[in-house]
Amino acid sequence: MSIMEIIGGILIIIGSIFLFLGALGIYRMPDIYNRLQAGTKATTLGAMSLILGVGFLEPSWILKSLVLIIFIAFSNPISSHALARATYRRGHYPLILSDDKENMDAYQEVVPHEKEKEEKV
Amino acid sequence: MQALTLNQKLGRFIVNWVFLMLLWIMFTSTFAAQELIVGGLLTMIISLLSIRLFTCCDLSLLSPVKIFWMVYYFGVFLVALIQANLDVARRVISPSLPINPGVVKFKTKLKTNYSKMVLANSITLTPGTLTIDVIDDTFYIHWIDVKTTDPEKAFTEIAESFEKVLLKIF
Repeated sequence: MSIMEIIGGILIIIGSIFLFLGALGIYRMPDIYNRLQAGTKATTLGAMSLILGVGFLEPSWILKSLVLIIFIAFSNPISSHALARATYRRGHYPLILSDDKENMDAYQEVVPHEKEKEEKV
Repeated sequence: MQALTLNQKLGRFIVNWVFLMLLWIMFTSTFAAQELIVGGLLTMIISLLSIRLFTCCDLSLLSPVKIFWMVYYFGVFLVALIQANLDVARRVISPSLPINPGVVKFKTKLKTNYSKMVLANSITLTPGTLTIDVIDDTFYIHWIDVKTTDPEKAFTEIAESFEKVLLKIF
């Protein structure tokens, strides 16, 4: 086994651990915004590490895998931002655990809460 | 959009061409002459057609100082990304699920749309924060563990380290 293969294997293992933690986060978190948080971050680094690992195992692919990593770094946060924004405008508001409910949700000055929808969620 | 002067057009064209050519070389992964010639011609045509559409910056973007800050920004971003993942991992694994979610807002000093996009993306990928919306210069951020609802303090906590560098690039 060459040193490149060992590095590639380690990167792939790290990537799959983070992807697993992302899935666990989506399962455990209480509402959609927190699930997005866990999903976005863990899957971004997980996928990046996995793709880089593949690049190390197959050295002729390394430049292509770098391009893929750049695209993932740009597209992943944009998609989760779009999901979060659409969810808020659809009327599902973030779960607030602390007592200071009024100040904890700054976005309601842009999208005022609708009362009947709030009860449904 | 206001009319561009010839200098601006030329600058945008060159920046576009350089970045598309870099992308081409990365995709083909070779320096063979025929690949470079075809790629050069294709990327030249594309960047000529897209002068008005896809460019953000003029020639000053390629100055060594800015490229240095771009590399530096990438380093800062990578450290924050790894921290974010360890942070998420810690929250997900710990049995009590230590979260205190909420939405905070802050104002940024950045002017151009592209720099705001880069900042918003970086915030989404850094510890515990998710950009919900950007309206003019106000960012609305979902924070998994709200430490402060005051816009100024939230700004220092979340975005200051990125903005410092971005102001030097854009």
